[in-house]
Amino acid sequence: MSWTGKFLRIDLTTGTVKTEDLNRDWARQYLGQRGLATKYFAEEVDPKVDALSPANKMIFTTGPLTGTAASTGGRYSVVTKGPLTNCIACSNSGGFFGNELKNAGWDMIIVEGKSPKPVYLSIENETVEIRDAAEYWGKTVWETENGLKAKHQDPMLRVATIGAAGEKGALYACIVNDLHRAAGRSGVGAVMGSKNLKAIAVRGTRGVTVKDPERFIAATIEHKKVLADNAVTGQGLPKYGTQVLMNVINEIGAMPTRNFKEVQFEGAHKISAEAMHEPRPTDGKTNLATNGACFGCTIACGRISRMDPGHFSIASRPQYKEPSGGVEYEAAWALGSDCGVDDLEACTFANFMCNEHGIDPISFGSTLAAAMELYEMGVITSAETGGIELKFGSAEALVKMAELTGKGEGFGLELGMGSKRLTAKYGHPELSMSVKGQEFPAYDPRGIQGMGLTYATSNRGACHLRSYTVASEVLGIPFKSDPLATEGKAGLVKAFQDATAAFDASGVCIFTTFAWSLENLAPQLDAACEGEWTPEYLLEVGERIWTLERQFNLAAGMTAADDTLPKRLMKDAAKTGPAKGLTSGLDKMLPEYYQLRGWTTDGIPTAETLKRLHLA
Amino acid sequence: MQKSLLIQPAKCTGCRQCEMACSFEKDKSFNPSKSRIRVFDIHSEARFVPYTCTQCAQAWCLQACPVDAIKIDGGTKAKVVNDNICVGCKVCTIACPFGTINYVADSGKVAKCDLCGGDPACAKACPTGAITYVDAEQTGYDKMRQWAVKTDTQSHTHA
Repeated sequence: MSWTGKFLRIDLTTGTVKTEDLNRDWARQYLGQRGLATKYFAEEVDPKVDALSPANKMIFTTGPLTGTAASTGGRYSVVTKGPLTNCIACSNSGGFFGNELKNAGWDMIIVEGKSPKPVYLSIENETVEIRDAAEYWGKTVWETENGLKAKHQDPMLRVATIGAAGEKGALYACIVNDLHRAAGRSGVGAVMGSKNLKAIAVRGTRGVTVKDPERFIAATIEHKKVLADNAVTGQGLPKYGTQVLMNVINEIGAMPTRNFKEVQFEGAHKISAEAMHEPRPTDGKTNLATNGACFGCTIACGRISRMDPGHFSIASRPQYKEPSGGVEYEAAWALGSDCGVDDLEACTFANFMCNEHGIDPISFGSTLAAAMELYEMGVITSAETGGIELKFGSAEALVKMAELTGKGEGFGLELGMGSKRLTAKYGHPELSMSVKGQEFPAYDPRGIQGMGLTYATSNRGACHLRSYTVASEVLGIPFKSDPLATEGKAGLVKAFQDATAAFDASGVCIFTTFAWSLENLAPQLDAACEGEWTPEYLLEVGERIWTLERQFNLAAGMTAADDTLPKRLMKDAAKTGPAKGLTSGLDKMLPEYYQLRGWTTDGIPTAETLKRLHLA
Repeated sequence: MQKSLLIQPAKCTGCRQCEMACSFEKDKSFNPSKSRIRVFDIHSEARFVPYTCTQCAQAWCLQACPVDAIKIDGGTKAKVVNDNICVGCKVCTIACPFGTINYVADSGKVAKCDLCGGDPACAKACPTGAITYVDAEQTGYDKMRQWAVKTDTQSHTHA
């Protein structure tokens, strides 16, 4: 019923496969996906473990709504200890892999140990095998997915795989499924590589059932309509994708540019959603070929792009003439604005590279931006870069470095370390725009103050998907708050963090929250899952998940000193736009945030708080 | 008036809500592998194409069936498989020129679209209008309307 009630435990060291029954009590307390996997992970893994050692585990997990007709119900998450941050990592992906895993009859896969040689996991319903992957090691994501489909003679096979970046330990390597959907952040692909696990190939035909079918289908239809009627999820995202934000965020002066030296980018419109819709002068076609949905998604924000066949970059990669996953807002920003590049085709090319080789475009673009700043300062020279001029605005440098980082070659090996380690190596750690080692996404905390607190307190390092206060501060959802004010943001961030954790645990996409609150999610869960699921209880589940993640990080060695932002954002005021003269007011928001969470002034949950959340 | 499913791939985003609606209608579970409508992802062309029985007038599946398990519904004109008669011989799957009648290993029978008795669940579930249930004699209407929009010269002459 909604949960299959069964999961797989794969020990790669011994090559054994076991099935276990799901702990139903934990499912009631943590719901699924991000929540349930974090509970299992925290129970089983020493927080001080080396992220790339065999003692680290990784959990591929679905939510109770994954594989149902709930809109966007196709998500899965990967929970592990992240090599980029040494914190709990939870990376969430759409596409069709999550649904297939659930349809094969499994809520989760717990992967342990390390295989002595490259292997992949083959799952066909209850038939589960660890198979030799020698022929795929060193291959790209695209070659591996297509190769496995051919080998299994099954075009319906769903594959989650790493590329060379994950094999070679690029610390922000991701896991890609369906060619261009990724568990993108925190380096979960590097953990997979460290275990010699190349891919997981799944085919499932068992089906997913729910507690009360008639009530459930009525609830999903009702709430699909809510998404369709909403301006963001019904119109903005389908037409423009997340890229709808590029011009908006630039105008309000929160577009991090040239490694956060500036907050507005003069070339933003050239890499925006609107530009993706403009016919190109060269071939008369638009960059955007179509929008595409993940499993069950009635929003369909995904961008499928077709590159300009005459663009300089494409000569070396003829396969990029075929359409594939185009830039989302975060990628367009990281590869574009943050590196000062205003060439949409070059950004699309670099995005294809990230997908094909399995690297996170946010961390890659941000690390390249830091390297570009060091290059312009004369700290990094062309001797290190193999003769390539790493200047802000260079589309050539972007394209070349995406390839080197994806393949783990030359200066790409250094970029693959992430900005924290790269800038430290060259003696300028202050130039890493990261929290807990993970690079920022595309919102400058000087222009959107709530995002500063969001980044500083995120359990997986800087991240926009843990409390997207942009919804309130920019888009007015569920109410409009002033992006330049710090008052009230502590409460806003906490509320968003807890609600988001519940959404992540359910199996639906966070983008539904532009239209849905827990009031919309709860009736769908209540009809699908055993137990009683109310908005109030879901909020408690979310807070419990958040606090458990925090406890893991504290035990891993993190302290309140890690809840901070780079000096640049606290000392250097924004130079232009509405935020001109402002720095991040993190110091004003953080103490109130700790207090609201029921944590000490050192950011440690009190005994009372733990008891209230049934964590002690 | 005979009605037919009209599928417009250009509107499809590949979300598979149709597959789930179909499997839920017929199987009370969410199981794309049981769906009688399938979405194909033509990646090289950036197109998603839902594909199901066209209820063709020739009805090769019906003509080929050696046990007469397939009958024409008097109301919808859908070709409907009677599970009680079907012996799972798969001859119909060979006879169908389009591959839209499939053998289901779990049940040992074949399954195909039966238009849900005149209220197709896939069309109701489609969020983009890529699948509609329309007058069979008017399937070209939307294309004509789009063409009319494209060839509208009014904005130029009065600009």
